[in-house]
Amino acid sequence: MTSILNFFILLPFIGYIVSLLIPAKQETFISRVAFFTTGLHLAVAIGFLGWWLFNGHATLNIKDIALFQSPGYEFFVDFYFDKITAMYLFVGSFLTFLVTIYSRAYLHREAGYKRFFNTVLFFYLGYNIVIFSGNLETLFIGWEILGIASFLLIAFYRDRYLPVKNAVKIFSIYRIADIGIILAMWLSHHLWHENITYLKLNNYTLVDAQLQTHSLVGVFISLMILISAAAKSAQFPFSSWLPRAMEGPTPSSAIFYGSLSVHLGVFLLLRTFPFWEHQLSVRILIGVVGLITSIIATGIARVQSSVKSQIAYASIAQIGLIFIEVAAGLETLALFHFAGNAFLRTYQLLVSPSVVSYLIREQFYNFVPREHTFEDSLPKKIEYTFYMLCLKEWNLDSFMYRYLWNPLKWAGKKLGFLTLQRALFFFIPAYLLGVFFLYNEEVLPASIHEQLPIVFALIGLIMVLKSFTERKRARLSWSLVIMNHFWVALAVSFNEHFSYNHTVLYLSGITIAGVVGFICLRTLKTLEGSIGLDQFHGHSYKHRGIALIFLLACLGLSGFPITPTFIGEDLIFSHIHEDQALLALFISLSFIIDGLAIIRIYARVFLGPHVKSIYEMAYRSS
Amino acid sequence: MKTQNSTFVELDTPHEVKSKSSAFNEHEVIHELKHYLPAQAPLKDFVHHNTLHAFQKLKFLDALGEASELFGYKVLLSLDEYRTLYKSQRIREEVITKVITEQKGAAAKNEWTEKLLTKVYENAATPRIGSLRSNWKRHYQVDLDSLVHPILFRILCSYLDQGISMWNFPVWHKGFLPSVKEMERNSFTSFFRTKRAKNLLLNGNYAINDLLKILIGDESLYEQYLFDQQFAHPGWSGMVSTIENQPETLLDQKKISLHDLITFELLLEIDALDSQFGQNWSPLNHKLKDKPVELFSKVHKSELHEVLSLWQQAFEWSYYDEVLAGIQAPTKKEKELDEKSFQAMFCIDDRECSLRRYLEKFDPTCETFGTPGFFGVEFFFRPEHGKFHTKLCPAPVTPKFLIKEVGTRNKRKKDIHFTKPTHSLFRGWLITHTLGFWSALRLFINIFKPSMSPAAASSFRHMDKYAQLTIENKNPGHREHDLQVGFTIDEMAIRVEGLLKSIGLVKDFAPIVYVVGHGSSSVNNPHYAAYDCGACSGRAGSVNARVICFMANHPKVREILAGKGIVIPEQTQFVGGLHDTTRDEIVFFDEDSLSDKNKNSHVKHEELFAKVLDYNSKERSRRFESIDTKLSPAKIHDKIRRRSVSLFEPRPELNHATNALCVVGRRELSKGLFLDRRSFMNSFNYKVDPEGQYLFNILKAAAPVCGGINLEYFFSRVDNQKLGAGTKLPHNVMGLFGVANGIDGDLRPGLPSQMIEVHDPVRLLIIVEHFPDIVLRTIQKAPETYEWFINEWVNLVTVNPETRELSVFKEGAFHPYETLQKTVKAIADVAPLIESHQQNIPVHVLS
Repeated sequence: MTSILNFFILLPFIGYIVSLLIPAKQETFISRVAFFTTGLHLAVAIGFLGWWLFNGHATLNIKDIALFQSPGYEFFVDFYFDKITAMYLFVGSFLTFLVTIYSRAYLHREAGYKRFFNTVLFFYLGYNIVIFSGNLETLFIGWEILGIASFLLIAFYRDRYLPVKNAVKIFSIYRIADIGIILAMWLSHHLWHENITYLKLNNYTLVDAQLQTHSLVGVFISLMILISAAAKSAQFPFSSWLPRAMEGPTPSSAIFYGSLSVHLGVFLLLRTFPFWEHQLSVRILIGVVGLITSIIATGIARVQSSVKSQIAYASIAQIGLIFIEVAAGLETLALFHFAGNAFLRTYQLLVSPSVVSYLIREQFYNFVPREHTFEDSLPKKIEYTFYMLCLKEWNLDSFMYRYLWNPLKWAGKKLGFLTLQRALFFFIPAYLLGVFFLYNEEVLPASIHEQLPIVFALIGLIMVLKSFTERKRARLSWSLVIMNHFWVALAVSFNEHFSYNHTVLYLSGITIAGVVGFICLRTLKTLEGSIGLDQFHGHSYKHRGIALIFLLACLGLSGFPITPTFIGEDLIFSHIHEDQALLALFISLSFIIDGLAIIRIYARVFLGPHVKSIYEMAYRSS
Repeated sequence: MKTQNSTFVELDTPHEVKSKSSAFNEHEVIHELKHYLPAQAPLKDFVHHNTLHAFQKLKFLDALGEASELFGYKVLLSLDEYRTLYKSQRIREEVITKVITEQKGAAAKNEWTEKLLTKVYENAATPRIGSLRSNWKRHYQVDLDSLVHPILFRILCSYLDQGISMWNFPVWHKGFLPSVKEMERNSFTSFFRTKRAKNLLLNGNYAINDLLKILIGDESLYEQYLFDQQFAHPGWSGMVSTIENQPETLLDQKKISLHDLITFELLLEIDALDSQFGQNWSPLNHKLKDKPVELFSKVHKSELHEVLSLWQQAFEWSYYDEVLAGIQAPTKKEKELDEKSFQAMFCIDDRECSLRRYLEKFDPTCETFGTPGFFGVEFFFRPEHGKFHTKLCPAPVTPKFLIKEVGTRNKRKKDIHFTKPTHSLFRGWLITHTLGFWSALRLFINIFKPSMSPAAASSFRHMDKYAQLTIENKNPGHREHDLQVGFTIDEMAIRVEGLLKSIGLVKDFAPIVYVVGHGSSSVNNPHYAAYDCGACSGRAGSVNARVICFMANHPKVREILAGKGIVIPEQTQFVGGLHDTTRDEIVFFDEDSLSDKNKNSHVKHEELFAKVLDYNSKERSRRFESIDTKLSPAKIHDKIRRRSVSLFEPRPELNHATNALCVVGRRELSKGLFLDRRSFMNSFNYKVDPEGQYLFNILKAAAPVCGGINLEYFFSRVDNQKLGAGTKLPHNVMGLFGVANGIDGDLRPGLPSQMIEVHDPVRLLIIVEHFPDIVLRTIQKAPETYEWFINEWVNLVTVNPETRELSVFKEGAFHPYETLQKTVKAIADVAPLIESHQQNIPVHVLS
């Protein structure tokens, strides 16, 4: 019966692939595929859940396939099933099925009907991989899929400015969550000397023994998990992304940002609970994050005057409470709270357009000129201050800009002197020199050798910083990302002697995707003239084919699980020692910015209002 | 369409050309701005109007060219769309030839035909609007929109909010800017990022002139800058302007003005620039190398626009010609009925067109009429327990009367999902653990078995069928809220006489006269008011129907009428009703007062109505993808009802989509025609009104009302992004008065794509059955009415009631018209026709 776990992953996968192959005009066929995929998924899920509940609801684990093996390292896919998965499976399956039916009629005649169902199924695939994952590596595959699918759903109306802008914004927050997991994986690899499964984490003596000796590493891992969870569940200080995700068609906002996606941070915490259960400081911290979030988000929800942002903040506040429940070890309560919140918010969002007729009618019969709220009893100055802060969302939205992206941009702007020629002029000789030293290490004094990984990683970081802040040339920006990966490979190669295969594995996807992407950009440049990064061009309007290929290239270049680079990235990290915090910082930072730079190129070149159509394009502000 | 001089009339710019040196006049500029901004009222009062009303002083096609150049609107279909229509023969070749020959001369025929059919045109240049303000980005690398809009929209929405937020804007009674100022003065934080703008506000140094001096520097650019600034978010500016003009449109009234909005926005812009550059930045004019083209300077005609204009006329006349051929086609003469089973009055609404056809088909002895759905009675209505009253007559009219509802049995049902506790922290915790699971069940039921819920807007809920209305006023001193409660006998008689004479029903009364208003029911539809009766200010017409019936049944009223020659037999009774156009259901009022004889026949009529509604829903269903039109009428009707309460159905009905005609005349004029629900129909008998007295009232209303509906559909269809609301799927309700995309967007006035996608953008053709000279005199009586015709925002044709000869109104005179199409297809039964396809069906004669 354990092997049925595979079914829950395989079915959405098949459904997704089939949905890709159907011609866009065949609305009925497309929606039927989605209907049968999610319907069958729900039916089997209910049957399986029944069987499982009546047969002692044991924890199931299945080690599926090892994608890569080398001495001391194994990357394997592992599936796992317990009551947490059970609840997430039920809620996810139930809501996705209903929303699929809902969207069948709702999206009728909408341009992008096919794209919508493709993305929904893709999202659902990612969701199932995450909730069935038995180790962090498997979870990470699903996590990445969710990130891209979210980006595509938010930017569903890709020829308008705001959806694209917000999609990029949210992607950047998700990127932080990704890196949290990468770093957690990196250190836990060093902690356990294997890719540990959740099953083993449940073994108290094992965990306890390790943490006794490596308490600092343990706390660090927990912190990374907390950052990932907080970012994904829109907790403090990341909250402001959730309302901004409400740009797609209402049903997609309802199911993903109202219910499934936003509760995955909670899932991550529930999953890793055995790991940090005995770290009191971490538990307190999680509780405090939850508490701050619920207080702030409640205040913000109180002043919202648009229906979707009100629901979003009310939901965030409840998730804050769920964080507290998880921290307190009230797993079952948290699970029910998750389910109730998911159902409630999905329904509220789906009926949100009705709010006009309902509330206007209520107002017509029950109007009180001004209702007294408890804030009215506060001193005026305090009242106004809190009101204004809540209206400004406690500056949470600008916070990210001010403290994260703006410093990066500032640093990038200092690199204005780097042109493509200069970069190549420097890159090739320096890199060749690096490679030369790699094979002739004996000529280097040990003290320099020791520093080289950091130096090279820093060069890589500079490359990608420049790429992220390049205002004009898309191809330069793209090339710099590729270069960054090469520098990272070089840096790590100095760090440890390992099989040449690892580097090949890592760079193979990068190279192919890099070349393909470069060709796409060059073709487009020849066809359309300017593709400068200082504005949105919306070229997917006319060049759908190139846009799709380039999107795939972007995925490849950013280490998405479609090329071996995905495993390579994890592998590269495994060669960074646990005491090399600076190296890990540089490399993880360049991975964050990599993803951002890549998605920025894609968004600027292919999304947004089409640069050559003045008419039939919406106002920028709409 | 008589040959016109091939050159166009020299254009006047709509905006008075001012001398270059003229100083900036704040008052005048704001006045102009308000004129051009969208004028759509809050959602609950959605009434259709001409989207480009600001250009109505110009000839239609010239106005379109100008609007396009100035504001970047797409104003007609694209060249490709016209050419596709031509290929599918929806635009007829002979009509193209005729249009070109008339306007460009026979000599240029080939040249222009080639231009229309094959010539390739480049996309037009960038619009003028926005060109000045875009210099911030070009020369300062600063994106003011991103820095200013989100916080500005948020503050505006919170200030104007009608009941979404739980904690309202803390200062409100002083007006917008003073409220913000008050909060800024007394707070530890600020909406501004820097000091200067805040101090300008607090110290009262915020005259628009002074702020523009800091920002722009050059006075000659101020006006254009303000246009650029406000048209970067026309939705919000338009809403503010509308609320400033009619504060009563919000139930929770808010004081705000466009002046306040502009001032605050200018302050925010200064603040944004300060935060980027400190206080050391120079005004925009310092970096400006050359001035952009002045917004209102003369517009030069582009050839592309001329080509599109010709296409548009050919498109319109291809359809008009077919209709006019139908009107002239000989139909079988019906002999005068001796005994009429009943008479029924409906709204002129195009949605009643097919219903009347089926009534007449299944009961040839009945007679139907059309008239604006407020039935000539204008008043405010106050439902029992209501805290407000609503206007039930055309929006421009301000009634002096109040009708109250008493003795209602309706109980309003609650739905906790919309209530505020679900958004609070602790109650929210309890609710998610309990109601949360109930929501899952509700969602399940709603998807598999949709049914009427408190969330839906229902036409039948507008007034309790069993409640009483205070219609008769016995003491003029009886006033409430400065309105007279009810109508006196004389006032009633005037209104009944007006109604009956205008539709030509002055004799041969049937035993029962139904007066049927209309409304609609839908769920998940913020635009619900647009689906109701436009003549009742976007409400259902049930109260009006009941009120006019009460008046017409009143013995004393009949006495007065008899004195004026309108003798209503004693056995004749008027019965009010309401047709729900979405669900295709009818409810009747006060049937208990019917005489026994009438009661018996009413029962039979109800059966007839039930059957007719089934058939009507079948005809409507042909436009809906999800319903198989070949099913039986009863089955389809079930699906139609279900559709109206389905959360996931963005098209509960198609409202006025495809409207194109307005027939003003006796029923015989169009009775034998299948017009595919595309026509407004106003009953009128030239014999009753030889001098055009009532005709004037009809046209005075029909031009702006039907024309307004038609043009709103027209412009929302041709530019759904800038003049329409775009797709409704991502819409988010803002403050209960508007919709936006996402949470930070501009408001989206106009119609969503789901309402207009099947609409063909053709201007309204008003067909009047009267003599041309009378009609000419009639339309010239009021300049504001005449403007619609002389500037061609609607087209006008008369049918000579005696000879059926046609005349077209053009350039101030009527010219004879011969149809190009000589024969019209005939059919015996419409069923095979409506089952055949979803597109518009040509005019057919029903044999």
